[in-house]
Amino acid sequence: MRYLTDRKRATGKGAAHTGTEHHWSMTVSAVALAFMVPTWLYIFGHALGAPRAEVLATFARPFPAILTALVLVVSMRHFAKGSTTMVQDYAKGTALKAGIVFVYSLAAVIAATGLYALIRIAL
Amino acid sequence: MAEATGSSKRVERPLSPHIQIYKVQITSVSSILTRITGHALMAGVILGVWWLTSAAVSDEAFATANAVVTSWFGKLVFTGSLWAIWYHYLAGLRHLYYDAGHGLEIKTAEMLGWVCVIGSVVLTLLTLLIV
Repeated sequence: MRYLTDRKRATGKGAAHTGTEHHWSMTVSAVALAFMVPTWLYIFGHALGAPRAEVLATFARPFPAILTALVLVVSMRHFAKGSTTMVQDYAKGTALKAGIVFVYSLAAVIAATGLYALIRIAL
Repeated sequence: MAEATGSSKRVERPLSPHIQIYKVQITSVSSILTRITGHALMAGVILGVWWLTSAAVSDEAFATANAVVTSWFGKLVFTGSLWAIWYHYLAGLRHLYYDAGHGLEIKTAEMLGWVCVIGSVVLTLLTLLIV
């Protein structure tokens, strides 16, 4: 008689060992972006190319500001995680580690800069 | 086991999936395009965030960013990004559909690939008309 359950014996035996959490995180952020992006495209597309006063007026309003902040944070997280998968596919060793650090840093810098702009416009 | 004894040399095996002789299909092309558009979108994101930050900072900074954004280069980047967004959007929805266990028959999968390609172009043109 086996004392370990089937689940216990199977866990960690897959080729990748991990990944369920990553996949689920991508699924959740994808659904969130699917709901937010069309409206955000409309707002951002309208502001693009407009005079500065109009741009400031748009992003000073609560809805465009909050939506843009959400799209920034969620999409940059979605990018960092998705890009990590690409780096894992094409690089190994030090290049793999450096690549993951790079994509996460790039995503963080972009999100932080965008949020700074939104806060400064709101104040 | 024979390779392991005697010589420590690694056996050179061909790499899958044989890129030199690989026959591309709509399913593989539409899959790699998802990755390419996802990464290429960063060009539009960086330009967009720079433009927004310049608006927050000063008139001079905005004048520079606005000139770039409204130039042929800016229009090229944003139009390209718009298509990339819609492509990545449709391919992402397709991914969710696949994940739920649907649309995996070859005929359906191939059809969905074309839906992504054609649909993204249609949605890009529609967005350009509306916005």
